[in-house]
Amino acid sequence: MKKVLTTPVRDEDIIDLKAGDTVYLSGLLVTSRDDGHRRLVEGGIMPEIDLKGAGLYHAGPIVRKLENGKFEMISCGPTTSMRMEKFEKDFIRKTGVKVIIGKGGMGQDTVDACREYKAIHCVFPGGCAVVAAQEIKEIIGVEWEDFGMPEALWKLEAVEFGPLTVTIDTHGNNLFAENKKVFGEKLEEEFEKMKSELKFGH
Amino acid sequence: MFSDNEMRIVNSVASYLSVMSKRLPDDVQNRLIEMRDNETDRNASAVYDCMFKNIELAVSLDRPLCQDTGLIQFFIKAGSRFPYLAKMKDILTEAVRIATSATPLRPNAVDTFREKNSGNNIANGSPWIEWEIVSDSDVLELEIYMAGGGCSLPGKALVLMPSAGYEGIAKAVLETVCDRGINACPPLIVGVGIGTCADSAGVLSKKALLRGIGTVNPDKDAQKLEKLLFEGLNNIGIGPNGITGKESVLDVHVEFAAHHPATLAVGISVGCWATRYGKIRFASDLSYEITTHGGVDL
Repeated sequence: MKKVLTTPVRDEDIIDLKAGDTVYLSGLLVTSRDDGHRRLVEGGIMPEIDLKGAGLYHAGPIVRKLENGKFEMISCGPTTSMRMEKFEKDFIRKTGVKVIIGKGGMGQDTVDACREYKAIHCVFPGGCAVVAAQEIKEIIGVEWEDFGMPEALWKLEAVEFGPLTVTIDTHGNNLFAENKKVFGEKLEEEFEKMKSELKFGH
Repeated sequence: MFSDNEMRIVNSVASYLSVMSKRLPDDVQNRLIEMRDNETDRNASAVYDCMFKNIELAVSLDRPLCQDTGLIQFFIKAGSRFPYLAKMKDILTEAVRIATSATPLRPNAVDTFREKNSGNNIANGSPWIEWEIVSDSDVLELEIYMAGGGCSLPGKALVLMPSAGYEGIAKAVLETVCDRGINACPPLIVGVGIGTCADSAGVLSKKALLRGIGTVNPDKDAQKLEKLLFEGLNNIGIGPNGITGKESVLDVHVEFAAHHPATLAVGISVGCWATRYGKIRFASDLSYEITTHGGVDL
């Protein structure tokens, strides 16, 4: 059965989730990337919208402005979450976001924040931007448009947005860090295997 | 500002950029099909399924298949007798401007130091253009790459001491892919350039990336390195999206130049599963041939 989280997400909705689980998100999803994180954390400026219990989406969408002043979501896949690692802990603390969505892993500061403030990090399949756009019902509005289209805070209404793989849960588990360990061990094995064949010219 | 014939090139390139943003090159798509069919892990298969659903939706809804349509790079092989070289930079820039609003492509050109997005993909060095003059030819060949942020991030060039040897090169490639490549939407195309300096190794790595899935370097040693890295990386089993799986890479390509006796430089460029590149050749009468996307009529 599909596990769907609905905003505002509460601690008890996510406390039983484990890294590796698959979930979907419905409700308020707000995009923020490098510039938005910097302004909020370093600049100390809060957006108008209340992000408590909301989804935070690491994404820089392609949006078309319509003649009636509304916006149309064209393409909206996740961006590399690790770029926001420097700011994420404070972002979670200041805003109260509960479900962070991006691609690739995040670091120990985010793991600590997810445990302390009860939040999760998930990945949406990278590059699947049209699938993602189809799961955005409406663009409710935009803030910080001075950053340009990719970096602005797009306020979205999502409907069963996913599949989302939980990569960081509220218990300190980090799927990508675990995978990286495995890849690192295999890397050494593979390197040892090929080493003797790499003596070109010598 | 442009003659009728120059405008024909502008419009053809603009239309082609639009097509490239919505449809994968045939070689990438075919290799993805093969990888999806080889995959045995259930979660990894679900990611491949999502990719193919996305590929189909992009075509049926006529939209860029990834929101990051990149900073546009042109690698020009200009026949010295091709008649429209004089304004080529302006022609390509105009094509990018038109494609950006018509497709729409995401504006990705941020003025360095000012840190302002230009809003139309036109800025200092955007589009990025590299030239190569081909003597005694009247053909213009454009290799186009949409350099996305995610797949550009793992890129690296380092100058090793020769004592590090080809082992040092292999290690650098394996580590780069396993450390940062996993965030760049695997399975990846891995381009490796070998030469003297950071710049030459870097350019060669991008050329390697663009060479075409399934092609091999004609040099037998380079070919051996390609095969070792391809098998080694796939045995690591990074899987689609880095969630583990049967394979890791679409392909590994090596390009090289002679190196200084005191240096051994390696450049590494990776392309994501949704690598969007294209090759278009214009004859002097402006008839064109697209080798990467079968059946496209601009």
